[in-house]
Amino acid sequence: MKVYADNAATTKMSKTAVSAMLPYMENIFGNPSSLYSIGQEAAEGVYNARLSIADDLGCSPKEIYFTSGGSEADNQAIRSAAEIGAKRNKRHIVSTAFEHHAVLHTLKKLEKEGFEVTLLDVHENGLVTPEQVEQAIRPDTCLVTIMYANNEIGTVQPIKEIGAVCREKKVTFHTDAVQAVGHLPVNVVDDNIDMLSLSAHKFHGPKGVGVLYVRKGVYLSNLIEGGAQERGKRAGTENVPGIVGAAAALKESVNNLSESTAKLVKLRDRLIDGLLEIPHSVLNGDRESRLPGNVNICFEGIEGESLLLLLDAKGISASSGSACTSGSLDPSHVLLAIGRPHEIAHGSLRLSICSENTEEEIEYIISEVPKVVSYLRNMSPVWRDLQEGKKSYVIQ
Amino acid sequence: MLYSEVVMDHFMNPRNVGTIDDADAVGEVGNAKCGDIMRIYLKINNDVIEDVKFETFGCGSAIASSSMATEMIKGKPLSDALSLTNKAVTEALDGLPTHKIHCSVLAEGAIKAAVKDYYDKNGVKYDTKIFKDIDHEHNH
Repeated sequence: MKVYADNAATTKMSKTAVSAMLPYMENIFGNPSSLYSIGQEAAEGVYNARLSIADDLGCSPKEIYFTSGGSEADNQAIRSAAEIGAKRNKRHIVSTAFEHHAVLHTLKKLEKEGFEVTLLDVHENGLVTPEQVEQAIRPDTCLVTIMYANNEIGTVQPIKEIGAVCREKKVTFHTDAVQAVGHLPVNVVDDNIDMLSLSAHKFHGPKGVGVLYVRKGVYLSNLIEGGAQERGKRAGTENVPGIVGAAAALKESVNNLSESTAKLVKLRDRLIDGLLEIPHSVLNGDRESRLPGNVNICFEGIEGESLLLLLDAKGISASSGSACTSGSLDPSHVLLAIGRPHEIAHGSLRLSICSENTEEEIEYIISEVPKVVSYLRNMSPVWRDLQEGKKSYVIQ
Repeated sequence: MLYSEVVMDHFMNPRNVGTIDDADAVGEVGNAKCGDIMRIYLKINNDVIEDVKFETFGCGSAIASSSMATEMIKGKPLSDALSLTNKAVTEALDGLPTHKIHCSVLAEGAIKAAVKDYYDKNGVKYDTKIFKDIDHEHNH
């Protein structure tokens, strides 16, 4: 059986998105900046996509900026807030310890440029509170940037309440909503959001397309200099098919949201319960305030990369927070941020499902993972020491 | 693919996995914090490695490196085990990705640590320089 369970990494494009894009690759290939009709037809495609996405997010089309993806949108949002902050002598930014690297690495760079960054603790449940944000804001704070939902452990932050705190304190609020948009009901007005980043390939749209929402009146500078596309804020000929595909995918996700959420929550909960039957395993992240498709579990005594390779051999595609899968020497910063010790964080498994996954696939995962875990434990010196009482279990 | 066919073969079908209850020597290197630990068990007769088993906590290339290294010393004199290099293990595996070379270093170290254990237990005199590279703490 083949089971794709890594939808937080990327998703399969929906048929709706593919068919919306095809005409813009085959016949309507013009440059939207060109005067003649084939160019203007392409411009209309971009215009309609902008209207559609604005409608889905609850904002005006003039507040939508297309980018090359979520990372670019994050970079641009943070850089803009920092630029205007510096002009006003405000060089303090509030964020969390488990943001995506697109945010964390931008903040690291700003620190080198003289900014001060406060990274809020996300606790063992992977949640920050509005009170923490309120306490962290200072007179010189120019930005609060907190992700809507975490990409590894799926925890959903109290964004609306955090937004309200920022609004009251008159501090710009950005949220990296890459994992949230298309998966949760997101409305930038209700949620008190000033800037929001999203990425199309996380909701069955194409790769290489992102959106930055910027509320009217909030300062925005551009990362890429050049032509006057995106009202002078993002130069470069528009990725017309990608933009059209992003809008089609988002519309479809939003329209099906309540139905797919109900289905996913049921599958997710079955998966969590099934996998937690494995002794010495623990769920990462709050069980309630969680993305409908996210499961993330640590298994004591094993390492994640070998787990993934063996699952791949059984047809299951998943991911892990082990160092060997990140390409760095440390395991996932997210798992470390929620207090998992290094040796436990190495043994994590993330399964992220979508509404195309079936009950049979979930049962298949539940039957295969325990076999692989016990196979690896049987060759693990760490597991032997735990079993023989030479070390004590971290996960009871 | 990330790994060569040889690596995948030794990962999917590791040779010499397990323990030896009456082992003459045991060597361990690595650190769970870093995500890899290798433990090697040796059965030695007349300075020849009659049997070898391993246990590894680690990624695919760590398991494959342990498997290959144990194959390379099985039935060989201790002097051969001592001269086994991580380079030889890597070559036998048909290469490892750059950031995985340390797995072969661990395999070399685990074998040396086991031989050292044998020498220490049996009062064999040796030049300490032979074992200066054993990376017990595995600081990368």
